[in-house]
Amino acid sequence: MEKIIEITQNFPKKISRRSLLGGAATAAVAIVQSASGQIFQKGISESKIYDDPTKRFGTPAGEIGTRSPFIKSVKKFSDISSRSPLQDFYGIITPSDLHFERHHAGVPAIDPSKHELLIHGLVEKPMIFTLADLKRFPSVSRIAFLECSGNFRGGKENLTPQEICGLTSQSEWTGVKLSTLFREVGIKPNASWFLAEGGDAAIMTRSIPAQKGWDDAIIAYAQNGEPLRPEQGFPVRLFLPGWEGNTNVKWLRRLELSDAPYYTREETSKYTESIKDGKIRMFSFDMDARSIITFPSYPQQVEKGWIEIRGLAWSGRGKVIKVEVSTNAGKNWQLAKLNDPILDKAHVQFRHLWQWKGEETEILSRVTDETGYTQPTLKQLFEARGSDSGYHINPITAWQIKKDGKVLFKAESFR
Amino acid sequence: MKVFLFFTFSFLNTIWYLKPPIQTSKHSQFKSNKIDSTHTFGFGRKATHAEIERLDIDVRPDGKGLPKGEGISAMGKVIFDNKCVACHGAGGIGGVSGSLVTNKNPTDKKKEKTIGNYWPYATTVFDYIRRAMPFNEPNSLTNEEVYHLTAYLLNANEIIDAKTVINAQTLPKIVMPAHKMFVPDDRKGGVEIK
Repeated sequence: MEKIIEITQNFPKKISRRSLLGGAATAAVAIVQSASGQIFQKGISESKIYDDPTKRFGTPAGEIGTRSPFIKSVKKFSDISSRSPLQDFYGIITPSDLHFERHHAGVPAIDPSKHELLIHGLVEKPMIFTLADLKRFPSVSRIAFLECSGNFRGGKENLTPQEICGLTSQSEWTGVKLSTLFREVGIKPNASWFLAEGGDAAIMTRSIPAQKGWDDAIIAYAQNGEPLRPEQGFPVRLFLPGWEGNTNVKWLRRLELSDAPYYTREETSKYTESIKDGKIRMFSFDMDARSIITFPSYPQQVEKGWIEIRGLAWSGRGKVIKVEVSTNAGKNWQLAKLNDPILDKAHVQFRHLWQWKGEETEILSRVTDETGYTQPTLKQLFEARGSDSGYHINPITAWQIKKDGKVLFKAESFR
Repeated sequence: MKVFLFFTFSFLNTIWYLKPPIQTSKHSQFKSNKIDSTHTFGFGRKATHAEIERLDIDVRPDGKGLPKGEGISAMGKVIFDNKCVACHGAGGIGGVSGSLVTNKNPTDKKKEKTIGNYWPYATTVFDYIRRAMPFNEPNSLTNEEVYHLTAYLLNANEIIDAKTVINAQTLPKIVMPAHKMFVPDDRKGGVEIK
């Protein structure tokens, strides 16, 4: 028996019905898997897809689950990154295969049995831990977001949530607390920073204050209940809750304790931002609070009547305290409902019921976190920093609702 | 009567909550230990000097980590024209991977961020080339070649002259033009937008 894995091309019903009358029964092209495990492309008849499923024995149980062939939820990718389809998500967990990616020299192929983590520098006892060693230590799991600090696109109306800010995702991360390993190697009192180094072809490095290691850093080896995906650092990565994505070094092979930062390329030439008076801000670790309405959004079209506005909100500095929604272009704001759980440094789902009567308007959301920080407008950000700032741009996102129900991103420009 | 019952039940509820059903102090099998936060476990093995040497390739601004060897701009230009020019452009200007050298006669208004106008430490040039370049052959250059390329890029950005020899002693002493522009992050949350 063949199992449909994915429908790659779905012919419109009208045309296929007509062609069915003429004897040509192909309604779609699908990727199917045979009972022996072979995967191939095949034309699928309309009857096979649309007939009564109660009249036919279904697909037997298999080794690995699949998405419905009717669901096509994919990342949008370039050579160096791929963005999560935020508009497709429900709840707060990002499916692991849809977690955003950003890497600097591709995804390395690492044999976990050969991968080791070296911790040295200002320590009493330089040590090497195999993956098996790391898994023997007391473990910790937490749900937290991970966001690239370059997570902003704008400039045109036909942008989806995925294109605007799809470089954020959320998982349950499991591993060993870095503080546990700090005690194991005995870090010296003057060790104020550490260098984290990846085992990819960029041998990517970042300097991290040692305090973050004592606070909440995790040496993670699992994500959403399974070993890390290669794109997320298999077999082991640094996870720094609330901190800019790049500091969460993947394919982690080495930590060196130091009394000063190293000023590596990724913390000087990149991941720094111009602010006012010709200054450049560096070591901008915290991700500022942000929210985005993911429904309704471009390219959806809404109908008059009740609409549940839905979205995600998060802060790298702690918990989300409130999300406000405006349905009249920012003139008035109302408190949105927050769906449990509301976790520290985590995506939170918000929703707000709105009765749309067909008027042209704009809908917006803004989040406030437990430090009292409220998500700014793009104009406020540029006023505070100047318009040349390339990272940590977290503006309020507005969607225009047109009279015919079309939804468009409100592109702003102050440059 | 209904009102009376309601109060009675809520009162009982209160008492129930005040007295937890399990007295953990008397039933030690229900207590979790506190070993997590204080212990060491003896997992892993001590790293040897050779194991550390093999991986420890980082370089700090104070020169810690710079290897033996030296380089000059003229030698660096030969390597650059052979291995780097395809991505970084002739003379380090205008390549698909971005300019490394400041263009003194830009054709558009956009100011490209280069080693000459944006990098705060010269040691980072050496460290980054050695760990990640060339893009299609990462980790393939000798230390001597990396010193030559560093000299070439600093000279092309008019930070050193053509005769300056770059080595572990001279490289940390170079003051980069952009150094004074960098400030640490001062965002702390709260009401202020920074």
